[in-house]
Amino acid sequence: MSVHVHKDYTGAKFGMWLFLFTEVLLFGGLFILYSVYLARYPKEFISAGSQLNIWFGGGNTLVLLTSSLFVAVSITALRRGATRLCLGLLGGTVGCAAIFMVNKFFEWSAKIHHGIYPGSMHLKEMRPGEMVFFNIYYLTTGLHGLHVVIGAIVLAWTMVFIKTGRVHAGDWVILENAGLYWHLVDLIWIFIFPLYYLILH
Amino acid sequence: MSLPPVAATGTGRGFLADPPYPGIFGWIFSTDHKRIGLMYLWCIVAFFCVGVVLGLLIRLELWAPGRTIMDAQSYNAVFTLHGVIMIFLFIIPGIPAAFGNLVMPIQIGARDVAFPRLNLFSWWLYISGAALAVTALFTGGGPPDTGWTFYVPFSARTSTNVSLATIAVFILGFSSILTGVNFVTTIHRLRAEGMTWTRIPLFTWSLYATAWIQILATPVLGITVALLFAERVIGTGLFDPAQGGDPIMFQHLFWIYSHPAVYIMVLPGMGVVSDIIPVFARKPAFGYKAIVVSSLAIAFAGSLVWAHHMYTSGMSDLAVMIFSFLTFIVAIPSAIKVFNWLATMYQGSILLDPPLLFALSFILLFTIGGLTGLVLGSAATDVHVHDTYFVVGHFHFTMFGGTGMAFFAAMHYWLPKIYGRMYDKTVATVAWGVIFVGFCITYLSMKIVGLMGMPRRYWDYLPEFTGLNQLSTAGSWILAIGLVLMFVNLIRGVLYGPPCGDNPWGGASLEWQVASPPPTENFEQDPVVTHGPYDFKKAGIL
Repeated sequence: MSVHVHKDYTGAKFGMWLFLFTEVLLFGGLFILYSVYLARYPKEFISAGSQLNIWFGGGNTLVLLTSSLFVAVSITALRRGATRLCLGLLGGTVGCAAIFMVNKFFEWSAKIHHGIYPGSMHLKEMRPGEMVFFNIYYLTTGLHGLHVVIGAIVLAWTMVFIKTGRVHAGDWVILENAGLYWHLVDLIWIFIFPLYYLILH
Repeated sequence: MSLPPVAATGTGRGFLADPPYPGIFGWIFSTDHKRIGLMYLWCIVAFFCVGVVLGLLIRLELWAPGRTIMDAQSYNAVFTLHGVIMIFLFIIPGIPAAFGNLVMPIQIGARDVAFPRLNLFSWWLYISGAALAVTALFTGGGPPDTGWTFYVPFSARTSTNVSLATIAVFILGFSSILTGVNFVTTIHRLRAEGMTWTRIPLFTWSLYATAWIQILATPVLGITVALLFAERVIGTGLFDPAQGGDPIMFQHLFWIYSHPAVYIMVLPGMGVVSDIIPVFARKPAFGYKAIVVSSLAIAFAGSLVWAHHMYTSGMSDLAVMIFSFLTFIVAIPSAIKVFNWLATMYQGSILLDPPLLFALSFILLFTIGGLTGLVLGSAATDVHVHDTYFVVGHFHFTMFGGTGMAFFAAMHYWLPKIYGRMYDKTVATVAWGVIFVGFCITYLSMKIVGLMGMPRRYWDYLPEFTGLNQLSTAGSWILAIGLVLMFVNLIRGVLYGPPCGDNPWGGASLEWQVASPPPTENFEQDPVVTHGPYDFKKAGIL
């Protein structure tokens, strides 16, 4: 069988963008539910939403924005041949992902400690709108957290590719696509943060 | 098209004699789009046969009121399985995944799809999802009994194995999404020199429109079944009124995917018909651009009509009127296609070969299905026939009479190209006739008994419906005989048929200009396209 080497950077990025559309629509389902239930239970959403800790949310926003900066700079670093700097920056991104998840762990632990989690007795004593709010809060931030983990794994994998020389200054579309995915993870949080932590206070 | 003659491969068996690995690994680890397409095709045919057997069991149970061959719970499981298998394992991947993979890259002059390894991964996801769906039957609390629509609150509470089935649907959806991403990228990036947008064969155009729906609609199904899974497993009652949720939101989210999904099912079928009719009428496709635009219009308008499945669910009357109006709009591009097909055949030199027979039955049956769809799309009449056998008859006319017939047409049209061997055309014509007669008896009886008031999904029925139900069941046997005849004939043709040459039907698009079976990377040299896909004069056919 003849080996046909076909490299199409535009095609690879095009495919990645199409895939990112599907991720936006996946979260879109949750955002639709959020907006319908917000319209139905505005008072309950405000009373429940103001129980979220804005410092956890705000801190995680800073962490994710910084991590996105690291990714963007790491691509430029690789293209200029600064492989070590690129690896360092990507390591920083994965580190930020870890900080984000630790933060999330403490945020969720505090809520669960107060008896607020899906199916809990305390939740079932709340008003229906508040129950909906906390359920959708756990589902949305949980699904986003899953994406943070997946994104960190993809970036760590890309670091291995850079170390083994498969991704280098002349062939970096894998890093760029991994970076695009990470920016999407960041972007979705940019919508989650105001919807859950800011506008309901 | 100005192509250098393709050197015959050593055995004359093209890619079939050129596996990348020995034995079965040459199939399950191959990234060749034709091998992946064939794996899809035969898996899909196998699941179709399982679905047919389940359908026959349903018809047998409905032979007489009361218990005939199974109890009510088994009946619920059987019609759920029939729906899940036919929808998620046969109709949705049927034409795009099988024939899209087999034919589309060749039609645009490409060596493969844009992401061949992703393509193989999609197939593995399909098989994994299918395996999970089958596992769900035998594990947990028994086979799911919700119907393929998984409506809450019942699906959130039933003790049957709905959780595993939702995982299976999620994985199958992922497979569908990745195929869509792959196809859109391929059609944008890998067209041969001279393959302009208006020289793309209409089948590939229909796949393009379909792939966009797969990309944009399937994720919503993904999140919907994920939420159902979460509701069952961790109790996040987003659709549970006891926790402030609203079951109607499940229906909205479900149909935001599942209505566009009916166009994922039928658009590729329309593409098959659009490709077959010009070849067997020996005339260029009438209104090529109108057919292209109508495909895109169906994809767009079809995304705005989902709530016409929910007229009786308790939406506001205003929403019902808006969705009813939008539903009528979808009929326009569908009708444009039908008129263009008829105009293509007008004054053509018609060759009544098996692919055309199946394509013609598509037009007739899909038109009947489409027109009865308008009865359902109009809110006033829908209230009377909602959830009756009229609906069952309607969607079998569009899905089986439409997409199913197009799938059979595609098999009769392209399998000789893929295997280089011709089936027995006389047997194929007889099989077509038997299928057509059986089909009409089976499903017309359903429409009439539905208008008389028989509800769908019921295990039992009133004695006055017995006659028509027995007629329908008898029709299902005729249909089954026709299907067996057709598949046996096709498989015999693939294995033992006489060689059919490179262009048995006289097609002008690129897939007919390469050898049968095509060589591994389709073209010895990248082709240069100089005329449209239905320009039979320039292609030297006429």
